[in-house]
Amino acid sequence: MLFYLFAAIALAGGLGVVAFRNPVTSAFSLVASFLGLAALFIHLNAFLVGVLQVLVYAGAIMVLFLFIIMLLDIKSDEGPKITKLMGLGAALLAMVFVGMLWRVTVSLKSAPLETLYPEVRSDAHEIGRLLFGEYFFPVQVVGILLLVATIGVVVLSRRAVR
Amino acid sequence: MDFIALAISAVKIVGLVFLVIMPMVAYAVWAERRVSALIQDRVGPNRVGFQGLLQPVADGLKFILKEDFTPKNVRTGYYWLAPALTMVPALLTCAVLPFGSQLFGEPMVIANLNAGPLFIFAIASLSVYGIVLAGWASNSKYPFLGGVRSTSQMISYEISLGLSIIPVLMILGDLNLGRMVQDQSVNGWLMLPLWGDRFSLKGLLLLVPVVISFVVFTVSMFAETNRLPFDLPECETELVAGYHTEYSSMKFALFFLGEYAAMIIGSGLAVTLFFGGWSLPFGWLSWDGKADLPWWQGLIHMATFFGKVVVFILFFIWVRWSLPRFRFDQLMRLGLVFFFEIAVINIILTAGIMMLVK
Repeated sequence: MLFYLFAAIALAGGLGVVAFRNPVTSAFSLVASFLGLAALFIHLNAFLVGVLQVLVYAGAIMVLFLFIIMLLDIKSDEGPKITKLMGLGAALLAMVFVGMLWRVTVSLKSAPLETLYPEVRSDAHEIGRLLFGEYFFPVQVVGILLLVATIGVVVLSRRAVR
Repeated sequence: MDFIALAISAVKIVGLVFLVIMPMVAYAVWAERRVSALIQDRVGPNRVGFQGLLQPVADGLKFILKEDFTPKNVRTGYYWLAPALTMVPALLTCAVLPFGSQLFGEPMVIANLNAGPLFIFAIASLSVYGIVLAGWASNSKYPFLGGVRSTSQMISYEISLGLSIIPVLMILGDLNLGRMVQDQSVNGWLMLPLWGDRFSLKGLLLLVPVVISFVVFTVSMFAETNRLPFDLPECETELVAGYHTEYSSMKFALFFLGEYAAMIIGSGLAVTLFFGGWSLPFGWLSWDGKADLPWWQGLIHMATFFGKVVVFILFFIWVRWSLPRFRFDQLMRLGLVFFFEIAVINIILTAGIMMLVK
């Protein structure tokens, strides 16, 4: 019951992103879609993933998007004309993507988290264990990459001020 | 069975949101006006009812009966959406706050999530949409400037707010707010480790990072709720009234109430994380979540929680009427250059103490 409600919200939001001409409305549809998705995650008992979905995507990234749309004051624009070739390419790409999704969905076991992995206390613990156990080295590499990027931004913005 | 659980949840939601938080919001406004009057040596609203205690009722009536004026050049849909978007997240966040221990065998929290503090941050980060939309939809320059300021301010302080509680999570080793409070109830509050396990060298040493993180948390909370000294989004001297300049009657009131609701939830979170939530000091009537509690003890715990929240709100008000407003560049520098670094260093400090001191 709840699943269909939130899935409908997520899908309607996704449709809204492409259908609306006003960029702010599109951005808000995306937010609605993220919220629906987060609700679905929480429905699967993956609290941490659901909450991070809201915190990172809806709460931070989309706010920045919206901020920039509003600052630049983009009017509802027409965009480039869609040619037949572009339409064909898009359809092909969409079909490939749907095919991939279908393969993944078929290969999954579907059951509540507790029955699949009874030893898991909560998804936060499990994610932490994996990140800082099995995948410790990649996490460190990504962390250093992000740190370098952050420092780079600080250095660049400093120079611009002077 | 399922129906009964739903009914209990519904009772808790209605009871907490409409019978506790909303009246608290109304009386926080009254308290703000009375305390500010006290601080500035004025009288304040003391006419309606005894000591002006019925003033919130009069204010509410006034807001509802006033003309609801919609300016001509606003973007109507978003203009209507914005006040709701400030009020709703503020009220949603109270779902995970443990406002009591247990009453008649029922845990006194609406949703016992395993990611409590993260849930609060996630929902609170949505409240920026209301302000941004209000600024943009009003289609006029002062609200727009207010909206822009609010966005950059809230995004910047979200970082230090999130980082500031990491030491707390490390010490308590849990993401469930209810269990965090139970731990503090038995082993000593983080800010007052004078009994239980925390009354030791390690606990007292950990007080240093805890105090730092409490300061960072509180200051960031002021910035997140747009309270003075960080109320730049509605800075009267520069922006008329900031993002809600174009709003009137109940729509304006919703912004106003949303700010106070966010303040109450923020106080609740600070109390829960640092001052042991519903627990009494020195382990009196402590509860580890195992045995059932008698009902009078549950009531005492609830009263303790709301008592602490009220003290915290008075602190908010006191600060508002004591400090001058920051300049906007000072505010951003303070958030991004000072508090961000302090919070990161604090995490390393906590980890070091936890590792070295047994």
